[in-house]
Amino acid sequence: MNTLNNLKTDIQYEYKVIKQLTIMAIFWGIIGMSIGVFVASELVWPDLNNGISWLSFGRLRPLHTNIVIFGFGATALMATSFYVAQRTCQTTLAFKNLASFVFWGWQFVLILALITLPLGITTTKEYAELEWPIALIIAVVWISYAIVYFGTVAKRTVSHIYVANWFYGAFIITVTLLHVVNHLSLPVTFTKSYSIYPGAVDAMVQWWYGHNAVGFLLTAGFLGMMYYFVPIQVKRPIYSYRLSIVHFWALIGIYMWAGAHHLHYSALPDWVQSIGMVFSLMLLAPSWGGMINGIMTFSGAWHKLKTDPISRFFIVCLTFYGMSTFEGSFMAIKTVNSLSHNTDWTIGHVHSGALGWVSMISIGSIYVLIPRIFDKRDMYSIKLMNVHFWLATTGTLLYVTAMWISGIMQGLMWRAIDDDGTLTYAFIEVVIASHPFYIMRLFGGILFLFGMIIMAYNVAMTIKEKTLELSKNEKVMV
Amino acid sequence: MDIIYILIPLSVLFLLVAILFFFWAVNSDQYENFESSSYHILLDDKKKHKTNDLT
Repeated sequence: MNTLNNLKTDIQYEYKVIKQLTIMAIFWGIIGMSIGVFVASELVWPDLNNGISWLSFGRLRPLHTNIVIFGFGATALMATSFYVAQRTCQTTLAFKNLASFVFWGWQFVLILALITLPLGITTTKEYAELEWPIALIIAVVWISYAIVYFGTVAKRTVSHIYVANWFYGAFIITVTLLHVVNHLSLPVTFTKSYSIYPGAVDAMVQWWYGHNAVGFLLTAGFLGMMYYFVPIQVKRPIYSYRLSIVHFWALIGIYMWAGAHHLHYSALPDWVQSIGMVFSLMLLAPSWGGMINGIMTFSGAWHKLKTDPISRFFIVCLTFYGMSTFEGSFMAIKTVNSLSHNTDWTIGHVHSGALGWVSMISIGSIYVLIPRIFDKRDMYSIKLMNVHFWLATTGTLLYVTAMWISGIMQGLMWRAIDDDGTLTYAFIEVVIASHPFYIMRLFGGILFLFGMIIMAYNVAMTIKEKTLELSKNEKVMV
Repeated sequence: MDIIYILIPLSVLFLLVAILFFFWAVNSDQYENFESSSYHILLDDKKKHKTNDLT
């Protein structure tokens, strides 16, 4: 039974690997989003790649998704999970050298992605494009990550496991399962393998994987981040600890079943589609449990929004989280999906979650984390964090709004029928009509990327400052 | 759809594992003390990191 007075003051926490992971998360975020800006530009100017195959949209789009999800997102999760596990369990990181292997191994995987995807070496399975030799390396690195993480929690010196660790734990275990199952394949050459699953079964496995990547990597993992860094920053406890437990179990139980909503009106059996739809609708409740918990933690601390950019990031990211999880449940309804499927609305939804929730919770958490692991009082510049906040929010809103408009327009134009029963619009007419919105989306993405570059500068200046030196923001009373 | 003969037993197995985890948590008193659990992280952070709190 731990007491509040039992906090140790002499633990030498292992921060080196966290520093490495955090800095590389920012680096890969910039790389991944730059590739995103480039592919968005290709949709505006289709001949931008000038016939060069390894710059083509088809090859670079998966590079964008892999780098932002696994380079930016997963690295940020590794960094924060190693920090949260140590601090909440009052112990040092287990298997320090293995943790270092996790860092270097993961960077190696990302370099391999950077090389193989533009070369067109791909499994063609979304978010699982990396071919089998890399998938094997990922498995080894990921299991090492699991050993370090759970090893740390296992050697905790307090009996209670703080709720954030449950979310991180579920994310790590589930991603292991997802990766292994979806990558089961028959290698034919060093660069080519074939899925062991046939046709519609493979599609279902792929989207069981794809949606649980969203649910467990992009949601559960980042909820773990939220549950630690939001209370820490606003200096308030989580609004309802009870709610955090309840919505955790509900979330992980229900998320597993939602994947078929990616396959509505496809060759997948109707009953499987229905299960996907129903569970996606039920998912709204536990998702909003997380949102409510995070937002209401600001009770008594709303005034921080007036001055603290990190608080602003957190409130906005939680709002986008709530919005995206509502949107997702909504789009999982078959009737809605019959309009939205294959349109830009899907991309809008993805980026509402990816920019609005995932990126912003990572950005806010990293701004909280950096001064702590580098032993500084504060970030170098609050003003630059504010600039970043407005760039990120504006960029996200421009992106998402552009995609809402073009997506719904596409859905309506594609299904428009004249009185004689023929289609009103040729496909190319819809493409042309979408063009202005691709320009708007590109602009939104550029703003977001620019904010990340400002973040890199702010972080670099923070690290450079001498430890315990007064930061730019400090006012000295004389 | 023969894959379902693997999928259903496998899913039930995972469900059982999840239930085991849940009862372990309940029985090891993980959910006994909600008040101090949420304050613990704040006190830990307060000790180590003295920030100039302008907010």
